[in-house]
Amino acid sequence: MIHSLFLINHSGDIFLEKHWKSVIGRSVCDYFFEAKEKAAEPEDVPPVLQTPHHYLISIYRDRLFFLSVIQTEAPPLFVIEFLHRVVETFQDYFGECSETVIKDNVVTVYELLEEMLDNGFPLATESNILKEMIRPPTILRTMVNTLTGTSNFEERLPSGQLSTIPWRRSGVKYTNNEAYFDVIEEIDAIVDKSGTTVCAEIQGVIEACVKLTGMPDLTLSFMNPRLLDDVSFHPCVRFKRWEAERVLSFIPPDGNFTLMSYHVNAQNLVAIPVYVKQNISFFESGSGGRLDLTAGPKQTMGKTVEGLVITVHMPKAVLSASLTATQGSYTYDPATKVLVWDIGRLNPQKLPNLRGSLSLQAGAPKPEDNPSINIALKIQQLAISGLKVNRLDMYGEKYKPFKGVKYVTKAGKFQRPACVAISHFST
Amino acid sequence: GVSGSLQHELCSADGSAARQGDEREEGLRETAMYGCGFSANDELKEMLESNKESLKLEAMKRIIGLIAKGKNASELFPAVVKNVANKNIELKKLVYVYLVRYAEEQQDLALLSISTFQRALKDPNQLIRASALRVLSSIRVPIIVPIMMLAIKESASDMSPYVRKTSAHAIQKLYSLDPEQREHLIEVIEKLLKDKSTLVAGSVVMAFEEVCPDRIDLIHKNYRKLCNLLVDVEEWGQVVIISMLTRYARTQFTSPWQEGVSFDENNEKAFYDSDSEEKRDETETKPYMMDPDHRLLLRNTKPLLQSRNTAVVMAVAQLYWHLAPTHEVSAVTKSLVRLLRSHREVQYVVLQNIATMSIQRKGMFEPYMKSFYVRSTDPTHIKTLKLEILTNLANEANISTILREFQTYVKSQDKAFAAATIQAIGRCATNISEVTDTCLNGLVLLLSNRDETVVAESVVVIKKLLQTQPTQHSEIIKHMAKLFDKITVAMARASILWLIGEYCERVPKIAPDVLRKMAKSFTSEEDIVKLQIVNLAAKLYLTNSKQTKLLTQYILNLGKYDQNYDIRDRTRFIRQLIVPNEKSGALSKYARRILLAPKPAPLLQSAFKDRDRYQLGTLSHSLNLKASGYQELSDWPAVAPDQSVRNVEVIEPVNEWVPTVGKSKPAKSAKSEDKFYSDSEGEQVDRKGSKNSSSSSNDSSSSSSSSSSSSSSEAVSEPLALTPGPEAGFMTSHPSSLQVTVQPFGPVKSHELLHHMSGKGLSARYHFPRQPFLYQPSMVQLQITLTNASDQPLEGIHLGEHSPASLTLHRFSPVERLEPQASVTVSMGIDFNDSTQAANFQLCTKEAEFSVSIQPAVGELLLPASLTQADFEKEQGKLLGMNETSATITMAEGHCSSAVLNKQVRSMANLGEVITGHNNTHRFAGRTVSSGALVLVTVEKREAADATITVNTDKSVMASMLLRDLKQALASA
Repeated sequence: MIHSLFLINHSGDIFLEKHWKSVIGRSVCDYFFEAKEKAAEPEDVPPVLQTPHHYLISIYRDRLFFLSVIQTEAPPLFVIEFLHRVVETFQDYFGECSETVIKDNVVTVYELLEEMLDNGFPLATESNILKEMIRPPTILRTMVNTLTGTSNFEERLPSGQLSTIPWRRSGVKYTNNEAYFDVIEEIDAIVDKSGTTVCAEIQGVIEACVKLTGMPDLTLSFMNPRLLDDVSFHPCVRFKRWEAERVLSFIPPDGNFTLMSYHVNAQNLVAIPVYVKQNISFFESGSGGRLDLTAGPKQTMGKTVEGLVITVHMPKAVLSASLTATQGSYTYDPATKVLVWDIGRLNPQKLPNLRGSLSLQAGAPKPEDNPSINIALKIQQLAISGLKVNRLDMYGEKYKPFKGVKYVTKAGKFQRPACVAISHFST
Repeated sequence: GVSGSLQHELCSADGSAARQGDEREEGLRETAMYGCGFSANDELKEMLESNKESLKLEAMKRIIGLIAKGKNASELFPAVVKNVANKNIELKKLVYVYLVRYAEEQQDLALLSISTFQRALKDPNQLIRASALRVLSSIRVPIIVPIMMLAIKESASDMSPYVRKTSAHAIQKLYSLDPEQREHLIEVIEKLLKDKSTLVAGSVVMAFEEVCPDRIDLIHKNYRKLCNLLVDVEEWGQVVIISMLTRYARTQFTSPWQEGVSFDENNEKAFYDSDSEEKRDETETKPYMMDPDHRLLLRNTKPLLQSRNTAVVMAVAQLYWHLAPTHEVSAVTKSLVRLLRSHREVQYVVLQNIATMSIQRKGMFEPYMKSFYVRSTDPTHIKTLKLEILTNLANEANISTILREFQTYVKSQDKAFAAATIQAIGRCATNISEVTDTCLNGLVLLLSNRDETVVAESVVVIKKLLQTQPTQHSEIIKHMAKLFDKITVAMARASILWLIGEYCERVPKIAPDVLRKMAKSFTSEEDIVKLQIVNLAAKLYLTNSKQTKLLTQYILNLGKYDQNYDIRDRTRFIRQLIVPNEKSGALSKYARRILLAPKPAPLLQSAFKDRDRYQLGTLSHSLNLKASGYQELSDWPAVAPDQSVRNVEVIEPVNEWVPTVGKSKPAKSAKSEDKFYSDSEGEQVDRKGSKNSSSSSNDSSSSSSSSSSSSSSEAVSEPLALTPGPEAGFMTSHPSSLQVTVQPFGPVKSHELLHHMSGKGLSARYHFPRQPFLYQPSMVQLQITLTNASDQPLEGIHLGEHSPASLTLHRFSPVERLEPQASVTVSMGIDFNDSTQAANFQLCTKEAEFSVSIQPAVGELLLPASLTQADFEKEQGKLLGMNETSATITMAEGHCSSAVLNKQVRSMANLGEVITGHNNTHRFAGRTVSSGALVLVTVEKREAADATITVNTDKSVMASMLLRDLKQALASA
């Protein structure tokens, strides 16, 4: 399926190549470079390209292109999904996925790629299984390796449960048995100028960190599973039990993993936690404009809004901004035309305000675009959808694990152009 | 500098620890560090040839670095290949990587390594066997084809599914090396297709797709198994299998899309019912009935829409698109829309597919219209696709919303996108006649837009719209003519000129004036504009020669000497056509009819129209061209091919086992089978047999076989009890000659199921009689003793709802009346699916329902097997490595004697004793009830009271639980 992989950096240098079948010359990448030339931004390069003898499928992530070469019909999503899995594996192993890190760990990278595909078909893509065969580098181990001349390779071959549970290794042992679940939700909302919610939806994930001895079989149930509109699962979750009983029944992978992602279609039910009053206007003369932003709490259910950041995408003509913030700090990047106002914790007694003037490029016409606004925030201990975990039961093992559920945080991206102010909240 | 000296220190530390006198190596390492003296390759060679492993490893790591960078390291081949048999696993691995990379270039030397792999293929560790096969088959040296072939054949019967998976991959490698091996490889594929391991399924189907996608016949017998295994196959395998099964289904089943027949979800049930069946026959000549195998596929793929893997979701979506009855396709919508929140590249492919789907099925995506709204951060290709989909979704009801959305897009700073939006508005205007005028007016307003591309695109679209709307639009043409001077984009200028020419009689005053201006600027116009000037001139000459004759001649003269030959050609042609002379003959009489003929309006249609001639989700679909290796999706056959080909042969269909209890009505069952399969009598038996084997042989998804089992009459009357007919033979479900022996062992422990206090007088206890369950061998038999502790008779005691719903159980026959203080023992069967997960169900009387739950000890999920010592050892040999778990314990005092030990083990687990010669080694064998997997237990007594317990089975979860229970049973006082 996947014939070769080329890793290409931002400036167009191929810094790693791997072939799973016979070797394909680098010149095949020229077709890709041609497409890259044509594209205004790296994101604009079409992910699927055709050359006279090959097909190129690429992803762009962390300022790197992962370009795979295939020779015959193969589902493009299959390849794309795999490439993303490669990036995630690198991030998992090395903490980040960058050119430097890949070059520094080239042998581990090569071993990983060798293990992940056989003859171009995915072999082991579960991080649990990979880690059993190839140890991730740690600072300590790197030291030890240098001292002793050994390597980050397992001394003995793994005895992993290759046949029964592909995502969990055998012989897992912990002195403290713990299972933590983080319910993380984000709201995507479109809010018009008056502050009315045009539409809102909630995206959620349950991130799990499970450190349990042996082969535990877990069952997680919700107080209100009906809230969940659309779900997708880690392969460990038994689909049938979800369909029948709305419980998550699974033998968990060892360590961190995303148990499920879900979508809550809440229409009007969503309580938007903050509001932003915006007044951005440009003078008819075309020489400048004024900006006045105020943020305030709306429905926060008694919780504190933290990490509030407001991002404004200014029209191209805006050269600079001279503003005063009553709280937090602001930056304006004239290259990307992005104004970022980092407010921090929202104090309901003293609403933060940012105001001042904008200067425009000389001679530029009055901008048409009404800037879109992007809001990121955090609220601890609150899942905005109201989703609640009911209980977690463990079968198959006798010990009593420590269990914990957190409802939290995280910021994302969401925006829309044009006449309405678009907000993205994350709680 | 700093790092160098650090390295140096480390080296000396290393050196002092190592044996004395390797100064040479020290020196070598120095040079390696500072890279002077030798040429790089010489240095690496010396490192590889040194006898210090760390140096070799260092060298190999650097070589891998070179390969990764695409540098040529083939010169080092002889030095590297010597290390192929090295004991250090990492070194070996890196050598393998090197070998695979360069073997093709160094064929003779590569042969030196082959014997190492041949040896490793026999290693007891499955991972070593697998990796040897992987490397051996990756060495692209034609001379070793026979060796590869042999290795593949042997590995295909390896007992480790992991090795068998590797052999499926090797098939493809060998095939690409030597396509002449095709026939032999097909044999191996055929064998591996029969494999029941979920690990192998995806890989062998992949091999099938590469080597012999045309051999659909190989799939028949494995079809149901693949459908049932699907949910447990790893993600990547799922994609390949689903795609192959889509193709398969299109050759084997009839179309569910017949016109006029609305497929009713319930008629699956209905056609078991002979009455409704007959009515159906009367009213419709040819009713559509979905083949149960077709339904099986649809049903078993649907849960995978919840997969986290986007490729799997897309695979299911395309399967539904190509195979499901029309009204069921929308089941995939929500999941596809979910994928739009994934990575950019995923969005791109998914949007392409939605674009194709939304042309035919607006309704599917209309409720999710907002998901296709463009965001300013979307890359251009995503924006364009979303625009495409929004245009496809537009209808009378939502057009005003969409147009409002489009208005904001037109203002976008991405001008290419704004232009595409104008095109889209044009398409909406032609498709929905209600809004044509609104759109046209909107577009005319855009003509005064500041941006040139917007204006140009509007002109082009207006031109097309006016053509489709041949009513009075002279105002718009006049307006455009006025704007003409301001417009500089060639295409737009050309379009306006064409419009004026085409409708010159509607703008009789303006047209000649425009021509006059054009005559002045002709030489400085672009070619495309010049051609339209010539056209305009010709049309005006024919309609208004009085005013334009001279102008036309002037323009034709300019065109005659133009640098572009197209323009010269056109000019010459036009002159001959419109200016009559002796040579022009008959044609010029028709000039008017030729030039001013009414022109067909251009079709404004989606670029994705008819794209579904390619299977959705494929590369060919994405590129809109046939990629090499693309397998066509065939049209549905008019008449379904023989359905019986998918039946799996069963050696002993044990028909005589008519149930003594239960609700099964064999007579009716046979009748409905008759209706359903309306084929020969003999085949019916086959079919039944296959059902049993498919449901019992498949441990991983017992409930998913419900489609086949539901054809028994029992399922009709009691849809929850997914008990296949009673004719299953428990012997036949185990292919091996090792039979399960019936060797019950007391003492029987009984457990409380329901206390009479909570059961309103009804009390229930259960025990495991440790006998095979007659009606369904994959079930564990349970006996429940029901006692009426009240002073009223209890009536209608039966089983109610059970959970999980996937649980398969065989109900006991209802107890109609239980007198006070009386008790009755009933037996039931539960398929625990080899897990100790509790089975929950309702125990009901006429008045009340009580929830009860049975959680079996792992030892009760087994049935004893009788093995000879030799057989035991042979089987144990196959279940080594990761299939073996063991523990050492100190036994309780009383347990040391053989008899007691034997009793302890067998009371804990339903195992059979294997008679051995040793006094100190006790062996026990059994099979799991549900899947028939062997479970071997060895208790080896050591000095004092110590003993080692070893459990060999490929059911790892069971193994660890069994080991734990055994430890308790033997260690406890």
